[in-house]
Amino acid sequence: MLFLPGNTPNLILNGDSLGADAIILDLEDAVAPDQKDAARVLVRNALKTLEFRGIEKIIRINSLDTPYWKKDLDEMMPCRPELIMTPKTSCAKDVLQFDAYMSEAEERLGMEKNSVRLMPLIETALGIENAYEIASASDRVVAIFLGAEDLSADLRCERTKEGKEIFYARGRIVMAARAAGKDAYDTPFTDVNDDEGIRADAALAKALGFTGKASISPRHLDAINEAFSPSEKEIDYAYEVIKAIRLAKEQGRGAVALRGKMIDKPIVMRAEQTIRIAEALGLGRGDE
Amino acid sequence: MSKLVKSLREAIKLAGLKDGDRISFHHHLRNGDYVLNMVMGEIAEMGIKDLSVNASSLFDCHLQLAEHIKNGVVTELLTNYMSSALGGLVSGGLMEKPVQFRTHGGRAADIVNGSTPIDVAFIAAPAADEMGNFTGKLGKSACGSLGYAFADAMHAKKVVLVTDNLVPHPLAMRSIDETYVDLVVEVPEIGNPAGIVSGTTRITRDPVGLVMAQTATKVIEASGLLRDGFSFQTGAGGASLAAAQFLKDIMLKKNIRGSFGCGGITGYMVDMLNEGCFESLIDVQCFDLKAVESLRENPLHTEVSAMMYASPDAKSAAVDSLDVVILGATEIDTDFNVNVHTDSNGKIMGGSGGHSDTAAGAKLSMIIAPLSRARLPIVKDRVFCISTPGKTIDVLVTQKGVAVNPARKELAERLKDAGIKVADIHDLKAEAEKLCGVPAGLEKGEREIAEIIYRDGSKIDSIYQVK
Repeated sequence: MLFLPGNTPNLILNGDSLGADAIILDLEDAVAPDQKDAARVLVRNALKTLEFRGIEKIIRINSLDTPYWKKDLDEMMPCRPELIMTPKTSCAKDVLQFDAYMSEAEERLGMEKNSVRLMPLIETALGIENAYEIASASDRVVAIFLGAEDLSADLRCERTKEGKEIFYARGRIVMAARAAGKDAYDTPFTDVNDDEGIRADAALAKALGFTGKASISPRHLDAINEAFSPSEKEIDYAYEVIKAIRLAKEQGRGAVALRGKMIDKPIVMRAEQTIRIAEALGLGRGDE
Repeated sequence: MSKLVKSLREAIKLAGLKDGDRISFHHHLRNGDYVLNMVMGEIAEMGIKDLSVNASSLFDCHLQLAEHIKNGVVTELLTNYMSSALGGLVSGGLMEKPVQFRTHGGRAADIVNGSTPIDVAFIAAPAADEMGNFTGKLGKSACGSLGYAFADAMHAKKVVLVTDNLVPHPLAMRSIDETYVDLVVEVPEIGNPAGIVSGTTRITRDPVGLVMAQTATKVIEASGLLRDGFSFQTGAGGASLAAAQFLKDIMLKKNIRGSFGCGGITGYMVDMLNEGCFESLIDVQCFDLKAVESLRENPLHTEVSAMMYASPDAKSAAVDSLDVVILGATEIDTDFNVNVHTDSNGKIMGGSGGHSDTAAGAKLSMIIAPLSRARLPIVKDRVFCISTPGKTIDVLVTQKGVAVNPARKELAERLKDAGIKVADIHDLKAEAEKLCGVPAGLEKGEREIAEIIYRDGSKIDSIYQVK
């Protein structure tokens, strides 16, 4: 998922051509206070006019401690974005406050309840500690998102490329999200020109269990997509697992071994998940 | 014996320049050139009139030419490229006679075959000796290759070198030798180094440009042409350079050793040579200091004439062996005709240069252009003027998809097989118009302000004054 400042028409216009699965149209930090109105109007009109084929639209609105968030939601809800990202979410109460306001809007606009989902952005120490209650505060929440820049400021430590300072936060976010049955998204890597750095950072995020990773630059998208796409080998193995299970069922066998290893339930679940992702990426193998 | 004369005026006199003659200039000093203005100023003071000027390109620094046109010193212009300052004036009706635009290859061919004979060639020489051996590789005004000056030097009736760096005879590192040269003049400065070559050319940071560059690279990969022996040319535009950069990464990763890189050469092409992507560089013009240095130091980086680069009359030219060329466009139409001569208001701001030559020669000629610029769609029903005919263009790469010339069905299939989003060019046009609206067309006036002469010498289009 790619952050695009809400006041950059040329980038927004090309949002579906930059290689991201989702775009985050930003009304918050990327937009100066005197540009908030302009960005809101631009994003609203972009959502109404542009198709963004095959791209998920996420709007990062302003936080609860600003005078903008209600106006942001007033303008955005009628455009029916897939997701709203709420910055500086620190506790379940924050989620419920957004949730209630969005529910009212949905009712007023005749929209299905919870049709616009929430992705709280967790970027304070308190938010990290409350990650599980945030993730499970509402059915509207589908994922939580780690924001490392504000977090490291809150932690009073330096934000580094290696990211040692956010290691706990990353683990905590993934743990909380999975415990609540939700997805977890990793913070962007901020050095636009460091191709090796983004590869390593994306690989780490994938290894920790994140569902995906955000980017502030289209240049990073290839590295992120590569890290989060299952490899040929993983896809092959996943199909083998499913095939072995099917054969075992047909032959009425209980225990199944593949390549000398017992296949248990978690392996099957992981295989199914790999195939789901592969198919979504057009890497599926049909009815093999 | 010495060919050195005391002053430019003496050289002009000794060359026998008279009313109605044709003189020529090369453009290797680009926007830093002092020589054209210096020579024209002297000629005007001498009272010579009605000259034809054949300059391989004209930049904003040559705006003084407008005065000489108004005063009748210059009554005919032949060039391959004209930037917007003079272009705007010409578009406003500055000249009685239409400007003749040629291609780099076509200009050289027409000088060699006598269609456009030159009476006196004034050649800026960054290093020269008193007998007329000269090069662009040395000196404070070094510009690298002097590719476009070869035809002029070899075929003009009289050749005058203008140098700010007189070196002892014989200049060993000569590009063109004394057998062609009549007179040598030393002047304090032939150009402003800051305008001659850019310090560095940079790849684009614009995400849309990078997306197009990435797609262009995928198209090249999918075309089947990227293999050992691959040959390649790209322009110095940001997205084209980015494509070269991506291509280099792929070639290094896959251990592909190309044959040659061609054209106007930038530091990026030099890097490709040095890192083993090519066996050699064929350099008709240097775009930056790194290219100049490489041409001077590396024997595999070779200087060639415009004839060897692209002449359609030559027995063969480098462009005929090109696999892939990446080009730009100000407009392209649904028949793949490309305009690189005028802006969206129909005003002259460019020219073919090597555009048509490389498009005709390369196996895969690719245009990179965004679907719209400044809220104007780039794909049109009909371009304002045809610089390069659509039959020589194979692919248009935009940020929203790739259009393949219908004549290249097998290429379209290859691209689709590689997972590249191939679109009908009409659909790309419709998509741009959906976003930008359909712009009001330009109304062509009666007056022809320029003729576009294709590389084979035929006139393929005219540029008319806009009403």
